[in-house]
Amino acid sequence: MGSRASTLLREEEIEEIKKETGFSHSQITRLYSRFTSLDKGENGTLSREDFQRIPELAINPLGDRIINAFFPEGEDQVNFRGFMRTLAHFRPIEDNEKNKNATTSEPLNSRTNKLLFAFRLYDLDRDDKISRDELLQVLRMMVGVNISDEQLGSIADRTIQEADTNGDNSISFNEFIKVLEKVDVEQKMSIRFLH
Amino acid sequence: MTWFTFLVDNLLCRCLGISITVWFTLLFFCTIVPAVLGVSFGMRRLYMATLLKIFEWATLRMEMGAKEKNQELYKPYSNIIAKEPSSSLLQEFQELRGSASCLSSEPEFELADIFYFCRRGMETIVDDDVTKRFSAQELQNWNLLTRSNNNFRHISLRLTVLWGLGVLIRYGVLLPLRVTLAVTGISLLLVLTFLVAFLPNRELRSYLSEKVHLMCYRICVRALTAIITYHNRENKPQNGGICVANHTTPIDVIILANDGCYSLVGQVHGGLMGMIQRAMVRSSPHIWFERSEVKDRHLVAKRLGDHVADKTKQPILIFPEGTCINNTSVMMFKKGSFEIGCTVYPVAIKYDPRFGDAFWNSSKFGMVNYLLRMMSSWAIVCSVWYLPPMNREEGEDAVQFANRVKAAIAAQGGLVDLIWDGGLKRAKVKDAFKEEQQKLYSKVLVESDKRSCGANICASPF
Repeated sequence: MGSRASTLLREEEIEEIKKETGFSHSQITRLYSRFTSLDKGENGTLSREDFQRIPELAINPLGDRIINAFFPEGEDQVNFRGFMRTLAHFRPIEDNEKNKNATTSEPLNSRTNKLLFAFRLYDLDRDDKISRDELLQVLRMMVGVNISDEQLGSIADRTIQEADTNGDNSISFNEFIKVLEKVDVEQKMSIRFLH
Repeated sequence: MTWFTFLVDNLLCRCLGISITVWFTLLFFCTIVPAVLGVSFGMRRLYMATLLKIFEWATLRMEMGAKEKNQELYKPYSNIIAKEPSSSLLQEFQELRGSASCLSSEPEFELADIFYFCRRGMETIVDDDVTKRFSAQELQNWNLLTRSNNNFRHISLRLTVLWGLGVLIRYGVLLPLRVTLAVTGISLLLVLTFLVAFLPNRELRSYLSEKVHLMCYRICVRALTAIITYHNRENKPQNGGICVANHTTPIDVIILANDGCYSLVGQVHGGLMGMIQRAMVRSSPHIWFERSEVKDRHLVAKRLGDHVADKTKQPILIFPEGTCINNTSVMMFKKGSFEIGCTVYPVAIKYDPRFGDAFWNSSKFGMVNYLLRMMSSWAIVCSVWYLPPMNREEGEDAVQFANRVKAAIAAQGGLVDLIWDGGLKRAKVKDAFKEEQQKLYSKVLVESDKRSCGANICASPF
């Protein structure tokens, strides 16, 4: 356990993270403690192996996609700022009212940003479109070997058919938002952080 | 000037001589003699009570210091997130699908399904049940040890002085004392077991060997300043049984062997450990395995079984978790010792981390480093509960029996009962678990309509 947790994080850094993500002071210290306990190499950044060491994440069918969401394009290490930025997507939206110093730009945990996070889990090549292949790959991750290729193919076809409005046989972000407009995204993509 | 230095030297030598004599006399009468005779003066409990008062005062001062700076004290004990009461994958998706209409017989997939896995994954990244068991527990109050402090910024001058005093006492007085005792204890063990082994009469030999072992363990317990409370001693393990306990540190052995004689099971080591092992086995029946034999499960089971069948032999002590866990939870018990078919005597050991964390984090500290840390903390305080003996019931297999025993130990010690394998400290989790999750989700896809169809029909009012 990082016994120097709260000392290695400077006050200015905590303030910056507070402004950017909306987490409170004590939440940031606690999450920093968690960050250091995952960081086995003790070099201030997390690698993909550090995440995969968590057994409950390793057995999650979409574990690799979730881990990938932390790492910006082409990078293999994530620092504490990046870690917090990604976690900030999962703050409950109600918490924003308590935070008076929220920036004028859209907060990281808005409904749109939560949906964007989920969209990027499907969009493997980051080209802002979910193609049939990408959907198939993600489906395959979720079901393993238990459903046949044909059935999976027809599921993918049906899903794209229902969502696609401009006929390009792939789902864009706007089409994605439209399909999920009735879903309670705020509740399903939020974690209750305690103060 | 030389006569002056000579005088000072002489004085110094005499002071040193006197203090060493006093120290050794104190040592002899206050610790070794009671250890040999098996009595206690209650000094350690007084020591414990005093320390607790000091720790509370220290935390109070830190809180005051934090308030002055208008910040909050880092409280590590509370949870980071509030987890949903563990609803299974099936339940969650059932809620999701319940409102869907059952038109087609095709598997129903929704783009929103990903939210479930995503949220669960994120929750485990922030707080998971397993990885936090492999590092030392965090404390509510500061116990004046640098190794367990997270609130460095709030230390005032008074606290620093107190802490400095603590360091002096721990490293200057307690550590040398304890090291001397440990050396005495181990040498006595080696010498006396060697002597006892020469006796021809078997009964006399086992009687004396018991006395010798107990005495040496008592000295070792004082070498660690371990303050142990034994509960329910009427359930103490009997001959021909196996004693199982949760594992936190190699010191567990000393803690338990202080109160009774057990046969230990383990690998043959070299060096000092090997010498101790050979000495111990001369006078009482311990089970040491060669490295090659450990892999052979049948051989292990046979030797354990033979030992247990002989009712004159002491109970075997086994730690089924297989590795050290940080004493906040009990992890999966390996079924090997539960297949032998004899009576199992469960024992729960709970350490009080306020005086010194006993957990051995073997990836962080080697054995010598660990022992030094143990001997330079305030004390090792623990409670041992002897639970009523358990037997395998009809129709219960070894795994279920192991889980039943584990649940009993966890309940008694106030520990969390986990199904995860302690081996995850070093190894990766098996793919089978992920495949299970995938299977469950596939079921949801394929069968969800049938279930929701059925529900709607039943609910329709006519």
